Amino acid sequence: MAALYQINIRKALADARLQSAIYASTGRLMDHRRHAMAPDALPDYQELRTQANLIKKHTIENLDHYLEQFEVQVAAHGGKVVWAKDGGEVVEFLGELAKEKGARLIVKSKSMTTEEIDLNERLGHQHLETVETDLGEYIIQLAGERPYHIVAPALHLTRYEVAEIFTRHLGVENETAPEKLTKIARATLRQKFLAADIGVTGANFLVADSGAVVLVENEGNARMSTTAPRIHVAVAGIEKLVPRAQDLAVFLKLLGRSATGQPLTVYTSFLSGPRRGEEIDGPDEFYVVLLDNGRTRVLADRDKRQSLYCIRCGACLNHCPVYRKIGGHNYPWVYSGPIGAIISPQFMGLTHDPWLPFASSLCGACAEVCPVKIDIPRLLLELRSEVVKAEERQPGRRLERLAFRAWAWVMRHPRIYEMLGLAAGALMGEGDGKGWLSRAPALMNWGPLRAWLSQRDLPPAGRSFRQLWRVRSARVKS
Amino acid sequence: MSREYVLHKTRTALGRNVGQAPAPAPPVRLRIPQVDVEVRLANFFQALEKLAGKTSRAGSPAEARAYVAALIGDRPAVASNAPFLRECGIPGLPSVRTDFTGREALRAVCATADFGITSADYALADTGTLVLLSSSQEARMISLLPPVHVALVPRERLLTGLDELLTLLPQPSEQTSSMVLITGPSRTADIEQILVRGVHGPGEIHVVVV
Amino acid sequence: MAGRVSLFVTCIVDQLFPRVGLAMAEVLERVGWEVDFPEAQTCCGQPAFNSGYRDEARQVARHFLRVFRDAEYVVVPSGSCTAMITHHYEDLFRKEPEWLEEARRLAPRVWEFSRFLLEVARLEDVGARFDAVVTYHDSCHALRELNIREGPRRLLAKVRGLEVREMGKTEECCGFGGTFSVKFPEVSGGMARTKIESIVETGADYVVSIDSSCLMQIQGVLARAGLPVGTMHLAEVLARQ
Repeated sequence: MAALYQINIRKALADARLQSAIYASTGRLMDHRRHAMAPDALPDYQELRTQANLIKKHTIENLDHYLEQFEVQVAAHGGKVVWAKDGGEVVEFLGELAKEKGARLIVKSKSMTTEEIDLNERLGHQHLETVETDLGEYIIQLAGERPYHIVAPALHLTRYEVAEIFTRHLGVENETAPEKLTKIARATLRQKFLAADIGVTGANFLVADSGAVVLVENEGNARMSTTAPRIHVAVAGIEKLVPRAQDLAVFLKLLGRSATGQPLTVYTSFLSGPRRGEEIDGPDEFYVVLLDNGRTRVLADRDKRQSLYCIRCGACLNHCPVYRKIGGHNYPWVYSGPIGAIISPQFMGLTHDPWLPFASSLCGACAEVCPVKIDIPRLLLELRSEVVKAEERQPGRRLERLAFRAWAWVMRHPRIYEMLGLAAGALMGEGDGKGWLSRAPALMNWGPLRAWLSQRDLPPAGRSFRQLWRVRSARVKS
Repeated sequence: MSREYVLHKTRTALGRNVGQAPAPAPPVRLRIPQVDVEVRLANFFQALEKLAGKTSRAGSPAEARAYVAALIGDRPAVASNAPFLRECGIPGLPSVRTDFTGREALRAVCATADFGITSADYALADTGTLVLLSSSQEARMISLLPPVHVALVPRERLLTGLDELLTLLPQPSEQTSSMVLITGPSRTADIEQILVRGVHGPGEIHVVVV
Repeated sequence: MAGRVSLFVTCIVDQLFPRVGLAMAEVLERVGWEVDFPEAQTCCGQPAFNSGYRDEARQVARHFLRVFRDAEYVVVPSGSCTAMITHHYEDLFRKEPEWLEEARRLAPRVWEFSRFLLEVARLEDVGARFDAVVTYHDSCHALRELNIREGPRRLLAKVRGLEVREMGKTEECCGFGGTFSVKFPEVSGGMARTKIESIVETGADYVVSIDSSCLMQIQGVLARAGLPVGTMHLAEVLARQ
């Protein structure tokens, strides 16, 4: 009996159009990244990675210091830091702020952190209209879906599907050309930008020595969201901190290239505080909401706290052969791909989706491209042993442990191992497929065997190496 | 209080005490290559043109003015109050408006303008980037709302790249509430990974280096 | 320069692909090394480790360390098993200083086969001849954990009569991943089929790798698809004369 996740995975694999969409899009992103990281484009790529890893390690390991420094600096530039234990407190803050200021309309730029806490839906319950302004996010908001990919939320949709979504929700004529669809979005969203009371963004980086929020984008919607409305609220996980503005020289070189192959995205905004003195435009009020939501728990694990180094570039997703087959919606949380596989169990609990750390061939492509050198395969292996321990009372696991115990016992007793090898060889026949095994359909139905045979043939069996070696050695002697 | 809660949990997780000094941070890494001005110019134009930005080189403020005049013709344009623009005579052009007092007026002008003309505090050669610091003389909306952005940059403000910028400006927040790096026209590939320009920001950008 | 090596053939070669072990021994002897096979060997412990059963993995790993304690060189026809021993025993024995020490003392003497030939035996040409067209598959553990990329290709380049064609996307995983292949069979099979496409595009007669687990996966899918491409371990190619 297949679990729900297995059924969904099978569906995704059987959907040829989806497979080709995911494969093509991620393939393109991989190519772009490769060109941008080529030795003639970025000769000190490996050095930058090492430096980025060191800076993040240092920041995370001294996070309280940098949080406090950040708070002081934000205040020094006329802004305010708000602390939130969880998503509920973020919603509460925004709700109260909106009430206080008589705000009704919020424009949002793309933020995985706000997806994490279901911000839009919860604000909706408070009668606040929240409009996503990143084109991909806008599309999926209209469609009522979750983002498919950290960087490309609508990766799985065709232009025809987008056209249909626009017609259905915006009442416009059916236009399938991406240019025309974009123009429609531009016009609709411009009205929202100019009418909005509050602009909510995430933050790609928080800079401790400047009290600054750094936003990286291509469309201009983050700039609009932080320029048109009178209030700017940035919601960011506490792990987004970097110590100094000058550290951005390292991170900005890695982020765009890792994500989309761009040396710099079209707009990089460095925002500290509301507009000052004589500045004509810009927000009057500036808030940064620092969110925990379980990050301090991850922080407590010395081995796994490196999960917090992530700068959300999405490179691991693009390179993961498993993501490229099962797609972003088959992960249990808003964060998909390899990074999702290591942080979901840490945030949601090991037994929430115990299969997730095992859904990997441990190929290591993710670790190879991670700009901050998170050792994802190693963390997956650790999570596997933790899941096994957490589930040890379950009958399935009990059986598995028994099997491995027996296996380990055999492996410590070479003569028994050899005997069993001989027995298996006899069962499977001398590579001619005529052994007993092939005539025992019940045995063929046994879980792992059936799973193997569902996709591929068995290797032929015969005498073992050690048998052949003995024969060979005897021959050599004589 | 959530502040105390979060900080406390952070410290406990890390085994650190209140007020404990941090370990020494890894040294800042900034490398400024030695690049001749002419090469910088060539790199800048090449990088920006690759992104479909339009570039031009003016030998003098008057030449810059001529370029802009030819570009905008008699179509409505809004320009910032940057001293460099005045130096180039931009406010004097017939269809250029610089008379906005306050945010609402600015917005109204920008919303109907075909062109937004600004100066730039710096430009970055290796990526074809403009650096704009918002100030009383440089409003944010001008480079954002109109469909075409025109920027005039003095040659000596052309830096090699981000490392040089952050060396000159180690603390941007001391200068401004908003520093924006603009690299080419607004774009997206969110629909089938097909590139479309001019999403929310300007779809066309002209940079004149003077 | 030659001396004595101990073969660790790995459990999968021992039980399912014995010719790989024989080929490896033949090549080593041909280039002047004495080869022995410690009969008490079984497995490196990777299957249990990858499945989250570290206690059981440790039991098997300790047996391995005992068997090979006094070996001068341990040569292994597998990137993934080599990486398990030289990289992951560190994690396994982190809390057992004595065994950690044992593992650290043995690790520098454990060599993946192609790397042994190039860096210890210092040979690129092992006198092989094989008239065929092949393509090379980079197994993930070898590529990313051991940094083995150019080595096997250099060895193949010296095989007389052999044409080596590079496949597209050679660094994509074949989908085996140990128990992953049976826990997520459709994804595993899908990954293998993507790999097969790249292989077939080259028109090669055989696909060559330094890992039998990858070859088992690839061969299984090729056979199921009825494709006439064969699989060979690098050792088997180098053993041909």
